[in-house]
Amino acid sequence: MKTIHLDGHEIPFEDGQTVMDCALAADKPIAHLCHLPGYTPYGSCRLCTVKIDGRFSSACTQPAREGMQVESETEELKEMRLGILRMLFVEGNHYCPSCEKSGSCRLQHAAYNAGMLDPHYRPFYPKREMDASHPDILIDNDRCIFCALCVRASRDVDGKAVFDISGRGLATRLVVNSKSGLLVDTDISVEDKAVHVCPVGAILVKGRGFEVPIGMRLYD
Amino acid sequence: MPSIQEHADLLIERMGNRPLQILIEIQRRFGHVPDDAIGQLSTRLHIPFSRIVGDVEFYALLSREPKGDYAFLMSDNITDWMQGSRVLFSRLSKNLGNHASLSNTSCTGMCDQGPALLVNGLAVPNLSASRIDAIADLVKRSIPVSSWPEEFFRVESNLKRQSWLFDDWQGPHLKGEDLLQALQDCALRGRGGAGYPTAKKWNACREAKGEGRYVVCNADEGEPGTFKDRALLQHRADRLFEGMALCADIVGAEHGILYVRGEYRYLEDHLKEAIARWSRPGFEIELHWGAGAYICGEESALLESIEGKRGIPRVRPPFPVTHGLFGMPTVVDNVETFCAVAAIASGGEKAFRSLGTEKSKGTKLLSISGDCVKPGVYEFPFGVSVEALLAECEAKDALAVQVGGAAGTCLDKTEFGRRIGFEDLPTSGSIMIFNASRDMSEAALNFARFFADESCGFCTPCRVGTSLLAEALESATRGGEAVSEIENLNIVLRASHCGLGLSASRAVMDMLKKFPEHFAAGRAALEGR
Ligand SMILES: Cc1cc2nc3c(=O)[nH]c(=O)nc-3n(C[C@H](O)[C@H](O)[C@H](O)COP(=O)(O)O)c2cc1C
Ligand code: SF4
Ligand code: SF4
Repeated sequence: MKTIHLDGHEIPFEDGQTVMDCALAADKPIAHLCHLPGYTPYGSCRLCTVKIDGRFSSACTQPAREGMQVESETEELKEMRLGILRMLFVEGNHYCPSCEKSGSCRLQHAAYNAGMLDPHYRPFYPKREMDASHPDILIDNDRCIFCALCVRASRDVDGKAVFDISGRGLATRLVVNSKSGLLVDTDISVEDKAVHVCPVGAILVKGRGFEVPIGMRLYD
Repeated sequence: MPSIQEHADLLIERMGNRPLQILIEIQRRFGHVPDDAIGQLSTRLHIPFSRIVGDVEFYALLSREPKGDYAFLMSDNITDWMQGSRVLFSRLSKNLGNHASLSNTSCTGMCDQGPALLVNGLAVPNLSASRIDAIADLVKRSIPVSSWPEEFFRVESNLKRQSWLFDDWQGPHLKGEDLLQALQDCALRGRGGAGYPTAKKWNACREAKGEGRYVVCNADEGEPGTFKDRALLQHRADRLFEGMALCADIVGAEHGILYVRGEYRYLEDHLKEAIARWSRPGFEIELHWGAGAYICGEESALLESIEGKRGIPRVRPPFPVTHGLFGMPTVVDNVETFCAVAAIASGGEKAFRSLGTEKSKGTKLLSISGDCVKPGVYEFPFGVSVEALLAECEAKDALAVQVGGAAGTCLDKTEFGRRIGFEDLPTSGSIMIFNASRDMSEAALNFARFFADESCGFCTPCRVGTSLLAEALESATRGGEAVSEIENLNIVLRASHCGLGLSASRAVMDMLKKFPEHFAAGRAALEGR
């Protein structure tokens, strides 16, 4: 049996698995946002950054190799992760108390686990437009963290190409595939996987507001 | 006059399935990329509309909005600042009518003859107050850029020191297995910065499985302060193509691509002629243009760009030698690397081995700019000391030397004995000199802003962290308590996906450590700007 070492634990892996895959299988999860089992590894959020044989790397993209020494829960890496989470919070507009996703948001959950008490950095307060054009689906761009899970789901699962990431640097933005730039003019439907993979409250199904009471949600 | 759609159709017929290259042509023709053209491309090439929008919004030299008949982009490198670009910027902005636009762009590679700007994508170096006034007058009189005085667009090569790489070698010609062996014996390492052994890369590509193979020359040359590849493209294009063909022969490729940064568009006719003159049966070279994105110099982002996408660095592994352009095994090498191969192959091998140091054989082209009498391109054997460089380019009173561009290392006086080479100061060739009158906090701020502008935006630490770094530096130069913040950002940036984010804080950290007094004193200069 081939194994890697994760924070001193010996963890088995099979060829083709990433460090993230085998850590999850062994119930030794590494914090992550843009990763979702079954989707092409992407590596953009960097939350799963670990130190492998002395070098930083994202666990979700790194193929496991026999004898790898992987550090994850060290002070250094915790500081990095806290910094990354804070960056995600200040970059967008995240008002958790009034967000429908509050309680089942993976960003909020990760921040809680990392012991994040304040955003630390100066908030950017970006001006991003909401797309409420579609009768069933809402895009609240204020909360998008550019993880491209919706892009991957639409392309790889739904067989469509509804979403894309555009722009660059801080001007990076989520776009939808229509000439008007509006969701209503795309071929999306509310059953699409792309509508349901968003780790934050950026893509929401309309009319579901507060269906599950706060306090009873996934991570409450 | 053909409609926008018809024009797009013509380009597709002429240029085939090369979306980014077509977008660049549309930008040149219309001064922007109209949505109708995006729609036509999307329909004809079967690419989602949103993906083409993604391209246009990614590349700095493309825009969805019209930018007027005269779109000016002022080169904004620290060397441009030192040559007075910021004063010239406001001078020009005061005298432009409303059919012109003006903003900044990253280093245009004219540091030895700056300040420089781009007008409708064409470089105008050697700016002075009088040249700016002349330009403003041409705009006022609505003279089209094509009728502007030719001398405005004249770019000098400033070749100050040529040796091995430029010599006419007349030896027995090596190719195939013999050449690969020679490259290994010479221990030739890539000249683009990372220094990977060339023979090892080519061998890995040759042995990889794939239906086709590609040889790609990286002439993106975006590192601030670098302009040596420009000189090679101008004066040794044949040698470059020879090197690419020798590589193609070894790895079994039939296609070569030369990817040149858009800022070097003035070389277009010259390069097209050189390619036509050179062309060989069995190996064709295609010219691709960049469109304003430093990240496209990173090899996997460059491949994405050739494929017509946004320049986002790929997940690695797999590496380009096994999964490169369109998934095929691909060699990506710097211009200077291919030229060095061609020189080794045609008789320069022995001389190469006698030059340089133990771990860094041969010579290195250096682009020297900043405070010196003779800025330009210099070829030195590896192992040359910084001191020797300074003497040669007549830099008096140097306070600091930035080696390796914005992503490189900043040296103070005590370190001028250090040597260029993989064992001490590895560099793609950018050398920027600062004399005692300079405020290093300005350089730090300039570099931090450069990375914030050029971050591709893919990963969190770099997308957000580079902007936070620039902001923290602004308060540091005003005497704020930002140093611990910068140290924190330096840690978080190490989680970045690629070399851009990983090196974004290096020079800044060097400067803070070596010139602390500049970071409070910077206040006056900043406020007086
Ligand atoms: C942000 C970034 C920018 C780069 N820019 C360039 C460039 O402009 N030219 C270049 O040759 N290599 C550049 N590189 C290095 C390339 O990724 C690659 O290592 C190089 O082209 C390989 O060629 P060589 O082995 O001949 O040096 C860059 C790397 C990074 C991370
Ligand atoms: S909308 Fe949601 S799933 Fe899509 S990129 Fe943004 S955060 Fe990710
Ligand atoms: S480090 Fe910067 S340039 Fe590199 S992938 Fe991340 S955001 Fe893009």
